[in-house]
Amino acid sequence: MDTNRFIARHVATLPTSGIRDFFEIVAKMKDVISLGIGEPDFITPWHIREAAIYALEKGKTHYTSNLGLIELRRAICNYVGQHYGMEYQPESEVLVTVGVSEAIDIALRALVNPGDKVMFHQPCYVSYHPSVTLTHGIGVPVPTQAEDDFALTAAALTAAWQPGCKLLMLNLPCNPTGGTCSREQLGRIARFCIEKDLLVISDEIYSELTFEGVHVSIASLPGMLERTIFLHGFSKAFAMTGWRIGYACGPAPLIEAMMKVHQYSMMCASIISQEAALEALVRGEEGVKRMREQYQRRRDFVVRRFNEIGLTCHLPRGSFYAFPSVAVTGLNDKDFALGLLQAEKVAVVPGTAFGANGAGFVRACFAASYEQLIEACTRIERYVQSLKR
Amino acid sequence: MNPVLKLLLEGGSLSTAQMAQVLNLTETEVNRHLEQLKKERILLGWRPVLNLSKEAAGAVRAVIEVRITPERGGGFNRFAERISRFDEVDSCYLMSGGYDLLVFVTGSSLQKVAAFVSEKLSTIEGVLSTSTHFLLRSYKEQGYLMDVPAEENGRLTVTP
Repeated sequence: MDTNRFIARHVATLPTSGIRDFFEIVAKMKDVISLGIGEPDFITPWHIREAAIYALEKGKTHYTSNLGLIELRRAICNYVGQHYGMEYQPESEVLVTVGVSEAIDIALRALVNPGDKVMFHQPCYVSYHPSVTLTHGIGVPVPTQAEDDFALTAAALTAAWQPGCKLLMLNLPCNPTGGTCSREQLGRIARFCIEKDLLVISDEIYSELTFEGVHVSIASLPGMLERTIFLHGFSKAFAMTGWRIGYACGPAPLIEAMMKVHQYSMMCASIISQEAALEALVRGEEGVKRMREQYQRRRDFVVRRFNEIGLTCHLPRGSFYAFPSVAVTGLNDKDFALGLLQAEKVAVVPGTAFGANGAGFVRACFAASYEQLIEACTRIERYVQSLKR
Repeated sequence: MNPVLKLLLEGGSLSTAQMAQVLNLTETEVNRHLEQLKKERILLGWRPVLNLSKEAAGAVRAVIEVRITPERGGGFNRFAERISRFDEVDSCYLMSGGYDLLVFVTGSSLQKVAAFVSEKLSTIEGVLSTSTHFLLRSYKEQGYLMDVPAEENGRLTVTP
């Protein structure tokens, strides 16, 4: 029997993540130094893990409110107010989700009618375009360029805009480019959104990992609080990827709409993860600072080495990704990544996994030990040299 | 803060060549930073961190609370320094509270540590009393967990 015929058309035609294909190849190899990982190399700080254990011991094993534990929502409001300058009401303007991934999914499901157009900058996180497609929306990619350090420009937005655009998804700092926007650049984007009446979904999961200057949230700019859904989570800043915990903040009617989808699909985020998240917000600041300092040193090293090797790389202002160009080798990003893996056993992710506009670049995650980074760079250098011969 | 010191505090054990790479310095510069740290007595030295419950470490350790009479002019310093000079003494701290000095002592056997306490330590002029506690088991040593297997980093090799 052809079971494929049961699969919905829009799912059947959805491509699998380019990362998935690459992972299959890497998984079969031994002794690979992987810079292909999208998560911290730190394990969740012990005090956070301990809080979760304690919660289990105390019998915290039940459902929570659909919106999430009120104590956690209060802590989120405090944290967001302190760090980003937005004021949200814990009772009605915050929703705790199963990671930012779920938040993106339910935001789109709550907002997109079939045929609505959703703008997002590209290269971008692998789930953005598929999430739009799954809601029968139409994705409108807006290219970001290496010469702008992969910041999103209002000019690119204006060029890509078309009638029917309803939403703009932002991910600043960006996975995979590490690009982000200055306050001035965000101001221009904000004015564009107001002019075109766009609602913004702003995924700021990497904001704590901003190395130079202060991270600015678009929601904090004049006129934007009412047209932004601010998404954030614990995975990157607190090294909590496996806990699957994040949140959305925004105008009450929008949070209410998202809550409906969340309520019927997820009920609530895991209570253990919520308890751990509370601990992270209340007492995790020191750990975040320590991790950020270490990432910054690693970034400086890796980016410098890539440029020495000839793989031109802008200095990512945030995240733990470097996004060098492989143009100098004459190879496309996929062939480069495959060749490097086979010749030197170093895994990086081809830029096209993050959209067509990532062509010619690879993503290298520097959340790895110095020893691994030093060795990986030596091998990459050897590989690039071998191509020149 | 000295960049080399920052890197050392992260706890890795990079060679000077590796540190030079990471910090974008020459090896000579890294060595100069290390010399400077030693000269300023910030970095006192390098020692391996051992698991004392393993026989190969061959050591018995005790922590001794020492009460002493402070001296006019010198306070506790002269006695504390005198006690500190014994090879058996690993660490010596001036404490607030019920006693004055806390002394960490290592010896190859219980008898040797006991002999040190009774023959050397308690006979020093000014020492009023000692209270010796032998360490039975160590769970964490200078930041390293003892018998807990290293935490596995279960990261997949490629993730979004």
